[in-house]
Amino acid sequence: MSTSERRVGGGLLDPGQLVRSLPAALAKLNPRTLWRNPVMLIVEIGAVFTTVLAILDPTFFGWAIVVWLWLTVVFANLAEAVAEGRGKAQAATLRAAKRDTVARKLVGDAIETVGAPELRPGDRVVVEAGEIIPGDGDVVEGIASVDESAITGESAPVIRESGGDRSAVTGGTKVLSDRIVVEITQRPGESFIDRMISLVEGANRQKTPNEIALNILLAALTVIFLAATATMQPMAIYAKAANPGIPDSLALTGDGVTGLVLVSLLVCLIPTTIGALLSAIGIAGMDRLVQRNVLAMSGRAVEAAGDVNTLLLDKTGTITLGDRQAAEFVPVAEVGEEELALAAQLSSLADETPEGRSIVVFAKRAYGLREREPGELATAEWVPFTAQTRMSGVNMDGRQVRKGAATAVMKWVRDHGGHPTDQVGHLVDGISASGGTPLVVGEVDGDKARVLGVIHLKDVVKPGMAERFAEMRRMGIRTVMITGDNPLTAKAIADEAGVDDFLAEATPEDKLALIKKEQEGGRLVAMTGDGTNDAPALAQSDVGVAMNTGTSAAKEAGNMVDLDSNPTKLIEIVEIGKQLLITRGALTTFSIANDVAKYFAIIPAMFAAVYPGLDTLNIMRLSSPQSAILSAVILNALIIIALIPLALRGVRYRPAGAAKLLSRNLYLYGLGGVVAPFIGIKLIDLIIQFFPGM
Amino acid sequence: MGTATAGALFVASLILALALVHRPLGDHMYRVYTTTRHLAAERLIYRLLGVNADAEQRWSAYARGVLAFSVVSILFLYGLQRLQDKLFLSLGMDPVPDHVAWNTAVSFVTNTNWQAYSGESTMGHLTQMAGLAVQNFVSAAVGMAVAMALVRGFARNRTDNLGNFWVDLVRGTVRILLPIAFVGALVLVAGGLVQNFAAPQEIATLTGGAQSVTGGPVASQEVIKELGTNGGGFYNVNSAHPFENATSWTNWFEIFLILVLPFSLPRTFGRMVGQKRQGNAVLAVMAVLALASVTLTNVFELTGNATVPQAVGAAMEGKEVRFGVANSATFGAATTLTSTGAVDSFHDSYTPLGGMMVMFNMMLGEVAPGGVGAGLYGMLVLAVITVFVAGLMVGRTPEYLGKRIGAREIKLASLYFLVTPILVLTGTALAMGNADGLAGMLNTGPHGFSEVLYAFTSASNNNGSAFGGLTVNTPWYDTALGLCMALGRFLPIIFVLALAGSLARQAPVPESAGTLPTHRPQFVGMVVGVTLILIALTFLPALALGPLAEGLS
Repeated sequence: MSTSERRVGGGLLDPGQLVRSLPAALAKLNPRTLWRNPVMLIVEIGAVFTTVLAILDPTFFGWAIVVWLWLTVVFANLAEAVAEGRGKAQAATLRAAKRDTVARKLVGDAIETVGAPELRPGDRVVVEAGEIIPGDGDVVEGIASVDESAITGESAPVIRESGGDRSAVTGGTKVLSDRIVVEITQRPGESFIDRMISLVEGANRQKTPNEIALNILLAALTVIFLAATATMQPMAIYAKAANPGIPDSLALTGDGVTGLVLVSLLVCLIPTTIGALLSAIGIAGMDRLVQRNVLAMSGRAVEAAGDVNTLLLDKTGTITLGDRQAAEFVPVAEVGEEELALAAQLSSLADETPEGRSIVVFAKRAYGLREREPGELATAEWVPFTAQTRMSGVNMDGRQVRKGAATAVMKWVRDHGGHPTDQVGHLVDGISASGGTPLVVGEVDGDKARVLGVIHLKDVVKPGMAERFAEMRRMGIRTVMITGDNPLTAKAIADEAGVDDFLAEATPEDKLALIKKEQEGGRLVAMTGDGTNDAPALAQSDVGVAMNTGTSAAKEAGNMVDLDSNPTKLIEIVEIGKQLLITRGALTTFSIANDVAKYFAIIPAMFAAVYPGLDTLNIMRLSSPQSAILSAVILNALIIIALIPLALRGVRYRPAGAAKLLSRNLYLYGLGGVVAPFIGIKLIDLIIQFFPGM
Repeated sequence: MGTATAGALFVASLILALALVHRPLGDHMYRVYTTTRHLAAERLIYRLLGVNADAEQRWSAYARGVLAFSVVSILFLYGLQRLQDKLFLSLGMDPVPDHVAWNTAVSFVTNTNWQAYSGESTMGHLTQMAGLAVQNFVSAAVGMAVAMALVRGFARNRTDNLGNFWVDLVRGTVRILLPIAFVGALVLVAGGLVQNFAAPQEIATLTGGAQSVTGGPVASQEVIKELGTNGGGFYNVNSAHPFENATSWTNWFEIFLILVLPFSLPRTFGRMVGQKRQGNAVLAVMAVLALASVTLTNVFELTGNATVPQAVGAAMEGKEVRFGVANSATFGAATTLTSTGAVDSFHDSYTPLGGMMVMFNMMLGEVAPGGVGAGLYGMLVLAVITVFVAGLMVGRTPEYLGKRIGAREIKLASLYFLVTPILVLTGTALAMGNADGLAGMLNTGPHGFSEVLYAFTSASNNNGSAFGGLTVNTPWYDTALGLCMALGRFLPIIFVLALAGSLARQAPVPESAGTLPTHRPQFVGMVVGVTLILIALTFLPALALGPLAEGLS
């Protein structure tokens, strides 16, 4: 199975996975590992206690309770084991990539061969085509194409070069062409792959703040129900004594409620459902990120993503397509649109910049001008675009056509004796004011130099962005566009994309200041970044997603890495964070709501013998006290298994305002949680009533 | 006019009166607790106490103030009772026995006013006035002070300062309780209550027997007994005594006094956090629970689902003829929904399910509307728990009024919530498993059990009403119930103040469309639901063996 297929299929649970995880689940019965989950530890203690009782006084009812109590613990362990199992599979693929490699270390000008584990930060190594990069680092010399499929699952090679923001390389990836010198930045055993392995395995998983808080609440509920069941005993003894002549039952004797029933009641009341699934939910949340090729360095970061109030998004590449594109040809008076289009196309044929290509494409699309290869026009002399001239063009049959930056072309026209009219200035200013980039097209035909018109280049907002931002707004998240453009240009794009705010002419310092200002007001900020100059902002933000293509500094500073290097993914990360919290809340609510039905099953079963009026509470009309109690215990265990897929997948999440989300989840998990177990217990009772001793 | 219609009109007129008064009164209290100006009389008190009234306290200092004041009050009250025969105005009463004196001292300082004694035959005028009546004022003012500290925790940001306990205590007494009590006492005197220092009068009864009728400063005690949700009566039979509660309309007025401060405090809360609608939401939760409880109690009492009521046509046993079934049931609900515990009828004689309702009211933690101050802080803690349980379902770290509910906050809220149920259940269980506990029971079976459960519920929740049928002035019950009262009052207060400190330190989280709105009916319904489910789950086994067993037979 290829990596990408596995990722797509990762959302579902196949029964085979349950069976495969069974040994791990049984191993987790060890109290030394279970103590971290107090709710389940109590169930286990109860299971041990009832086992002793069942051995001393064997009955079918007793053993049935014992078996289902043990199953409750095993099911809970199974949930965690399945969640961990998926990570383990991923870790195995990663380990395969982490073969022990040999490094060619530069010592002075000589090359020395050492084992990869012996490399220290600052060491320089040479890697050539076909070799595996021995450790994480930055390219300091050369350029190479690198196969990073081992970590990203993406088979297309990427370019890594010295200097700039694409210098980081990861140990375990393979150089396909050329030769590079890499300066190692990792310490042994702390490579990116090492961290990835421990992350997906959940080896050093720490409880997140909300998880800790939720655990406290669950502990409090457990204490309450412990108190409720323990203090019931003297009350029950009194009730039994006050009604002499009523024979002992399986549930109630002169010594009070029997141990079996007391433990059953306790296990049914304490929040076992959420207690069993809580850690699986957390692991699965991280796993969902991994499936989307995002590595979170901590669960805390995932949780913070759900709380984010402000998203900082870079304009280029995130909100707009990477480059500006031709959108309009505006001729000056006396020049036809067709004529301008033709000149613009001709002058851009030799321009290989994305802007130049877009002019040719636009001329073809809007004016039907066939794209001509430079070689097609034999007499033409091509003038390519350079940063010095800031123009490109063609000299052909005594005619010169140029296209380029407004000042450069106008100066060129003037130098050839032409006089650009005021209209050109107005056109240029107008386009600039609207946020576009004006390129002027000019020609010198014989001794007549003139400006033909202006090409309007503009940023093209990626399709669907406005809708995404509207969703964000409904979720209560403010989006801020960061751009180096002037405020006018920035505003135009911000309006078109539908972001809430923008930061124009942004320097890294401005960005950092903006984050600090937002945080000052209690907001949580998320951003993406790739360059070294993004590092301080990434470190300061609450959720900092570094692009895998970025520099080591950026990856070090952020708390997530996007292996796909897709800045738009920030939005998905936020959604996954929210989904994680919602899943926890929904299952907690469900768990508590479930208790209502269990009381209606167990209380009449315990006490209807002494106080027949309490049989009124047996609204499910369960067939016998034993069957009622056993049904409640079985339901309690089965619910855990039934909800494992939900815990792993997360509850359905659609971006919406808080009130709307809450209504839906309240009905589903609150009201549903009250009603569902009534039906479940009744159904189980209908089946088990036929067993002996029921 | 039928009984039911009359009962409904009685309740409706109360609601109308409370609706009219809660705003101006709430606004007044807002000004009292936020102004920086001191009255001359207050300055004098601060000087006597040696308090710097302009210095603010952090939560621990505030809590120390509450505890120190309460401990001194308990010791003073204990001494006063033990030495009353050596002081003046004792009416010739003997010193109060040590276990009763301890129980009573704790009872009045904790705003419980559980009475293990018979007022007219145990306490002299001095003890009543300088001891018990004073505590009726200040124990109520302590409750309000703690509530204000918690509200400041929500309202303030990045600070350790929660106000000054001594200032809150003095202002609550001087500017809120005393003026209302003064006017209220005049109204009650006009309504027929006695107010004198007369010695007991010997009168011949119709049957030819002789009876000693004690007069005293009844009206002035009565008004603060209700207003401060205290409930300790001048007479043993409390508000059923004609000198404490003369007519049907003084009965109405006393219920009004019981409810007026607790129902006005949400307004004060809303003003202090700068969002009146948040106060309205809290008020709505209280109102929904209270109305449901009053209605059910009335229904159970009026339909008389028990043997005797069905035989005689109405559940009149234990109720005063001048009040009738409905108005007694409403008083019973009001006194247990708050921490008052005054009674104008005998709760032991209610129908089993009616008796369960008054018990359940207290089990709710007395939050609808609860004792003065205590009801508000109890309700805010429940709101915090609700926000946490349900708030995760909107996909954010739960927050209430711009404050994140993290591990520390939920820990303190959980501890607060744990205290009273554990005291009630443990206390009842100990009594049922212990010869001293069983010895006090006059009834057997589920009814006898209900009486014990009621006593511990009442003490632990600082209500103070008694079901009756239980001999509680024994050393065992005096000690156990005294401990329940003390722990049930001061542990929650410590947790609330710590919570307030933790909230005040936080920076506020700005509100957005993603924030759980806590002012809408949705949230009101959620708090009601979470409260009912948590309480029902906690107490259902105990209730099943008591009132439910009796009522469903």
